[in-house]
Amino acid sequence: MASQQSAKLDRQKFMADPIMVTTIVLLIAFLTLFILYPLAILLVDSVITDQGISLSVFQRVLAMPSFQTAITNTLKVGLLVSVVSTLVGLLFAYVEVYVQLKTRFMSGLFKVVSMLPVVSPPFVLSLSMILLFGKMGIITRGLLGIPDNNVYGYWGIFVVQTLTFFPVCYMMMKGLLKNIDPSLEEAARDMGASRWKVFTSVTWPLILPGLGNAFLVTFIESIADFANPMIIGGSYDTLATTIYLQITGAYDKQGASAMAVVLLCITLVMFIVQKYVLEAKSTSTLTGKASRARMLITDSSVRIPLSVLCGAVAVFVCAMYVCVPLGALFKTWGRDYSLTLKWFQLVFTRYHGLQAFRDSFLLSLIASPITALLSMIISYLVVKRTFHGKGFIEAVSMLAMAVPGTVLGVGYIRGFASGVFHTGFMQAFYGSAAILVVVFIVRSLPTGTRSGISALRQIDKSIEESAYDMGANSFQVFMTVTLPLIKDSFLSGLVTTFVRSITAISAVILLVTPQFFLITVQINEFAGKGDYGVACAFSTILIAITYASVLLMNLFIKRFGTSAKTSKE
Amino acid sequence: MSDQKKGVRLEHLSKIYKDPKTGKDFYAVHDANIEIEPGEFVTLLGPSGCGKTTILRMIAGFESPDEGEVYIGGEPVNELTPNKRDTAMVFQSYALLPHYNIYDNVAYGLKLRKMDKATMDEKVKSILKLVGLEGMEDRMTNQLSGGQQQRVALARALVIEPGVLLFDEPLSNLDAKLRVDMRTEIRRIQQEAGITAIYVTHDQSEAMAISDRIIVMKKGLVDQVADPKTIYYHPVDEFVADFIGEANFLHGTLAGKSGDEGVALVEGQEIEVAGVGDLEAGSKVTLVLRPEAAHLADEGKLPCEVVLSRFMGHYQNYHVRCGDHVVKITEFNPKNKHEYQVGDHAFVRFEKDDLHALAQEG
Repeated sequence: MASQQSAKLDRQKFMADPIMVTTIVLLIAFLTLFILYPLAILLVDSVITDQGISLSVFQRVLAMPSFQTAITNTLKVGLLVSVVSTLVGLLFAYVEVYVQLKTRFMSGLFKVVSMLPVVSPPFVLSLSMILLFGKMGIITRGLLGIPDNNVYGYWGIFVVQTLTFFPVCYMMMKGLLKNIDPSLEEAARDMGASRWKVFTSVTWPLILPGLGNAFLVTFIESIADFANPMIIGGSYDTLATTIYLQITGAYDKQGASAMAVVLLCITLVMFIVQKYVLEAKSTSTLTGKASRARMLITDSSVRIPLSVLCGAVAVFVCAMYVCVPLGALFKTWGRDYSLTLKWFQLVFTRYHGLQAFRDSFLLSLIASPITALLSMIISYLVVKRTFHGKGFIEAVSMLAMAVPGTVLGVGYIRGFASGVFHTGFMQAFYGSAAILVVVFIVRSLPTGTRSGISALRQIDKSIEESAYDMGANSFQVFMTVTLPLIKDSFLSGLVTTFVRSITAISAVILLVTPQFFLITVQINEFAGKGDYGVACAFSTILIAITYASVLLMNLFIKRFGTSAKTSKE
Repeated sequence: MSDQKKGVRLEHLSKIYKDPKTGKDFYAVHDANIEIEPGEFVTLLGPSGCGKTTILRMIAGFESPDEGEVYIGGEPVNELTPNKRDTAMVFQSYALLPHYNIYDNVAYGLKLRKMDKATMDEKVKSILKLVGLEGMEDRMTNQLSGGQQQRVALARALVIEPGVLLFDEPLSNLDAKLRVDMRTEIRRIQQEAGITAIYVTHDQSEAMAISDRIIVMKKGLVDQVADPKTIYYHPVDEFVADFIGEANFLHGTLAGKSGDEGVALVEGQEIEVAGVGDLEAGSKVTLVLRPEAAHLADEGKLPCEVVLSRFMGHYQNYHVRCGDHVVKITEFNPKNKHEYQVGDHAFVRFEKDDLHALAQEG
């Protein structure tokens, strides 16, 4: 009995809105060209050879011992890093949510630890790891007297990645634990279960899907990580670095494409499991809001060891971050600890410091408003409107989350170096500043979109309907109602994009041309050469910039944000 | 757009939804034919899921009908988007714009119409006066009580002088006492503004108090359209009788009939009924008896046994058993009346024109 009339009318009403139709068409074109196409061309290029369609490139690549080692290396690191990160994150979250911490110092410390990885460039921990435990390390050489400790390789990557990624797990688990209704656990306690029994029989099953979720998110991050294995991996190559070397060292673009397809497949499978199996599960088991405050654990036998343990880890992480600015200030790390500004001077006089900061800063600055606006538009369309192609827009913008930067970089090389479909069309795009900006946008789009979507889901549908009903068209609704209501999300998208872009390396290192200097690329170069003073000086300024912009955003949100305005007395 | 007081006509209007569980299509609204006069206050009344809000949203343009056509002021509007229709809706959640103050909320629709500042100012001020919110222009919406928010929502809808004002359960988030005050207010303002209003509610007393006509809906179908008195005293079926107020249903047979009057056989007793209409002698009938029209007495037609006697303040509430029937009786002002106890034997008394005869269903 289904009638086509309503579908027809809906279509007519939809078409009566030219701004929206244009927006959607442009959006689909953007996503197709800059996310789908580069990934598709990777696959196409690695199966189409001189002899027609064949898998010979894959066979060649998979037979390479170095590639086989890279796969096992990557998976070995990823597995251990994500298990340990998840557990450490869980421990931190548990201590914060369940245990009476007493001192404000501890909760402040937790906050700092969760903030640091967000605002710092990806390879900062690798640098400080070398400064602390390397050949010239303060701890290994200075304190322990080991003259020639080898920090490079599996364990180096493991420690650095774990310390980089566990705060993300901590934030995820914290959100989850806070949503557990305390009365569930109190009911179990009341029926005679010990605290340990409560944890194993109530809390643990409730958070299990969430743990799996955190595990996979970390796994993807670890596999996709380029900067840390590059700096501290030594001869221990992972997939991301192998692909990079295949292009920059062996000039084997086709091989690199095939390798990138393999890496993409791994992350994609994990992403799909994470997104469609675990994420759904973990929200469906914990939808309730905590009915009231939790009775915190005050028992010293639990409290003291847990807070000491977490405190020690947190202090260690903070110390590592402090190492980098110190490394930039000491004359010769490991030998001469007198203070000097010579590294900073070198950065600006000899190593194009000013230009690097200008390029990185400007390109990131251009990318952020575009990304923020784009992700708000996508979230609005996904949450509030129904139209054909909506599923495509949502899926593709989320898909970008699963694409490692290195893969994207190779995809852009293959897709644009000789023009779209090797026709020469848009060839000028390759090597321009625009391609770097587009990469920044694509890399940050999923995070911005996700935050926009969750912000918009909180907003009663009828608020927009009322504006629509009063006579506003969709463009006016978006500008006067939707955007002001998700201003916080927009602003944070702005800064997140800026920070992510200015600290990005994995994709842009493959795409940057000699006319542009990017800070991260400089850091990578000097760290690779063992020039830690210069690398630290670059990093210190970079950290200062990112930290300042995050602070600025928080001030801005406090002053002009939605919550401030509507609660004003 | 300001040619006020528009009529609304729904012609064979249907909406089909997919049941999310079974995946089957079903009619949320089926073949609704309604004519609403300009300036009239009409209420769509029914239990949740009966399709009343769907009808309202089809009039506003948020939903597209699968069959039939909506006319506003005589013009077909099916192809128009909500912003092009001459309607304004007051939402259940008020849906005020939280980032604007009262003034800006009310002025929103006028700004979209590019009205000059002086006229706009005058209009906003006068409409705020009408809804009793003078001098509160600068308040943010979260500083208002629920009742005040609803007044802002009403002002915002009124100020653009729509041809039709739509209300989607506007009072259901307010507490009981405020609800009663607000419905009087809404009725007063509607009459002062002289505007066509279509009002959705599941609260039958609200519908009675506020409407010129009530449209009772059941499972997507329009069941009865009439003024409140007709709906109450002459319901077309048991559903309407039961949904509007309380009702006893006495099942029996129409034994005889002369003109409009008849005699029904209920529980072996002969009962006179006024107004049997087209019902034929010998047919099965259901007699609708309102609890407040029934009384307990020591003698009468229908013998019964008291099974519940409850003092409720302004009335005494009885349940009595007459054979297979349990009859509810509301005895108002019980202070000086005899109070029957559980187990007492008595008689149910009523006048013949207090009964409304329906053909028995099923």
